[in-house]
Amino acid sequence: MKKKIVSIMLTAAMTATLLAGCGGAAAPAATDSAAPAAEEAAPADDAAAADTAAADTAADAAAPADDAAAADTAAAAGDEGSVLNVQCWNEEFKSRVTDHYPGYEKVDDTTGKIGDVTVKWIITPTDDNAYQNHLDEILPTNESAAADDKVDIFLVEADYALKYVNADPAVAMSMDDLGIAAGDIADQYKYTQDIVTDSNGAIRGLSWQACSAGLIYNRDIAKEVLGTEEPDEVQEKVKDWAAFTATAEELKKAGYFVESTVNDSYRVYSNNVSAPWVDGTTVKVDPNIEKWVEDSKALVDAKETNTYELWSDDWNKGFYPEGKVFAYFGPAWLINFCMAADTEGSVANAGRWGLCVGPQSFYWGGTWICGAVGTDNPTLVKDIMLTMTTDKAVLKEIVEKDSDCVNSPSLLAELAADTSFGSKILGGQNPYKQLADGAEKVDMSKVSDYDQGCNESFQAAMKDYFEGKVDYDKAIANFQTSVKEKYPELSF
Amino acid sequence: MDGGKKKGNSNVVKYNKWGYIFLAPFIIVYSVFQLIPFISTIYYSFFENYRSGLKQIGPNFIALENYKALLANADIWKYTENTFVMWIIGFVPQIVVSLLLASWFSDPSLRIKGQRFFKTVIYLPNLIMAAAFAMLFFTLFADSGPINSMLVQAGILAEPYKFMSNTGSARILVGFMNFLMWFGNTTILLLAGMMGIDTSLYEAAEVDGATSTQIFWRITMPMLRPIFVFVLITSLIGGLQMFDVPQILTNGEGAPDRTTMTLIMYLNKHLFNKNYGMSGALSVILLIVTGILSFAVYRFTTKQESY
Repeated sequence: MKKKIVSIMLTAAMTATLLAGCGGAAAPAATDSAAPAAEEAAPADDAAAADTAAADTAADAAAPADDAAAADTAAAAGDEGSVLNVQCWNEEFKSRVTDHYPGYEKVDDTTGKIGDVTVKWIITPTDDNAYQNHLDEILPTNESAAADDKVDIFLVEADYALKYVNADPAVAMSMDDLGIAAGDIADQYKYTQDIVTDSNGAIRGLSWQACSAGLIYNRDIAKEVLGTEEPDEVQEKVKDWAAFTATAEELKKAGYFVESTVNDSYRVYSNNVSAPWVDGTTVKVDPNIEKWVEDSKALVDAKETNTYELWSDDWNKGFYPEGKVFAYFGPAWLINFCMAADTEGSVANAGRWGLCVGPQSFYWGGTWICGAVGTDNPTLVKDIMLTMTTDKAVLKEIVEKDSDCVNSPSLLAELAADTSFGSKILGGQNPYKQLADGAEKVDMSKVSDYDQGCNESFQAAMKDYFEGKVDYDKAIANFQTSVKEKYPELSF
Repeated sequence: MDGGKKKGNSNVVKYNKWGYIFLAPFIIVYSVFQLIPFISTIYYSFFENYRSGLKQIGPNFIALENYKALLANADIWKYTENTFVMWIIGFVPQIVVSLLLASWFSDPSLRIKGQRFFKTVIYLPNLIMAAAFAMLFFTLFADSGPINSMLVQAGILAEPYKFMSNTGSARILVGFMNFLMWFGNTTILLLAGMMGIDTSLYEAAEVDGATSTQIFWRITMPMLRPIFVFVLITSLIGGLQMFDVPQILTNGEGAPDRTTMTLIMYLNKHLFNKNYGMSGALSVILLIVTGILSFAVYRFTTKQESY
């Protein structure tokens, strides 16, 4: 009898774990089942097109419907889809919308409501290219997807924005398609629009952030080693790479690392290149990137910095005083979103970071909102894009609550002039003057479709060189192998 | 009796139908999830077929170009070597420890107490997801992780040792993790084999004055051979397909200098741009290598039985 009970319990435990596994898998399974549904819908469309004698007739028939929709937006909005699907890779945009979009109600961690429309947040991490692979899978067939599964908004980063902006056929709606006039988005930094402008000059995305960045330094260390914690005076110590290297030596003598890892400064060099990574189909290593290798190798050899991966636990250590890291390179979102400001004992929590321009101006990341071609909620998409990126009241709120550097030159100018404003994390410093100046200087003309893959492969390959495992030529060969795997069409 | 036999024969035919019906679910599931993907993998390995951004390149038939490209590149041999080295680092201690534990557990004269407890405990690491296990080791052995801080604080090391940046230590870590995860499983398999050996053989050997070493090599090992060969071949196939542990431990880079890049990690690299042609070709090569090696191991280890 006892054995029986035990065996029943064991079976129950096993079944329970099996079912628990199913629970976790249920969500992806649901999305999978949507795919065949979309495929089923497609032939139906084809059939409809075939029925009409000429393609022109079909277009004509569709046009009046469009006009009607445009004529009465309010009514059209009522007719639009009941589910707004947002594709993103982290919680950032979700929390911005939750906090600042008027009328957004949170239902649970991945769903919300705007009026009658359910907002679904579909988060796919960027690791191993998973986010882009996911988009590549669903965007081209978005128009024929079932109404509730259609992607309405997707987010992109600067590194790969061009891939979606220049896609043929288009996957991101242009401002014309959305009905956004040039005047609506005049008060934005030009670079934020350049990055999402396709080869024909149409803008296909908007950002609420201006991600100009600077050197974020630890005030306590600056005071101890450099004798000052004032941004302007610290800037003198890091005003170019020669000064930066000299300061690194001073810091090393006092037992501090100038930066957490060589990868921190990578973007500063890579943003100031003279040509994009890829010219036609040929990959070229820019002289400024070679300079990064040279400078970084010297820093690592002198034990003035390390070779950690960005975002690793080792890299994070400098967010706390025990980490002994003098500076990070980063934009406003790094300061408020990533530097453990909520954790007791962190440097950010004590408000002991400072911000100065650093050796060269650069930007880091930024998130662009794109309306997906095929959306069944164009009115709502347009409203979200405009509200989140141009509504000054909302942008002001974002500044106050999240300390983001927002995409509005006029608002940043106001903030920079506001002497009463100070960031708590930055010890009361008003960072907007530095950030606004930087945003004007940011130049997005040197980006290519392949930047993300090339940047990642290059940093990974150089790590071995910095650690003395391989020589420079071998590291370059490894970089080339890795790029070839990612993009077989490229050559060197 | 004869009449009954006849009737039985016609019944066999009737019952056969049920055999097929009961087999059908397996055959269907196998075809859909194994056989068809298997055939299409081979089929697509002859095509140029990948994505560039949102553009699909191909499929264009290019015959054996993918195979040529793969085999002409020295990298694949390097990754094969990496895979074998890491497999051996993990497998040698695994088989030694497993044999030792299995023979202790199965030895009635030792009367080990709490056998069930130990059998469960040694099997436990296998229940943890390999990815989680690798993540755990990644954190433990990070440059400023707990292992390094302990070693530095104890004065054993002057400064943190970069486990993941040195070929030797990174490979040993991978091998060690595979050893930890699989020695329990191997022990249970070998134990099952040892329990199946007739105890009268042991008793006879003892009566004849054989030492325990002699008993192990002259009785246990020869009788254990079928199970041993099974363990060896399954472990070899598992080793060739080694992926999750080094992938997570090295962030998919096979660092340092691609010396911990296994064949399947290399295959995974081709999936970045959905290069089905190239990865298909690599899978087929892997299939052939696995087949040849398994056959060789089988022939080699069972040869003596036919003297």
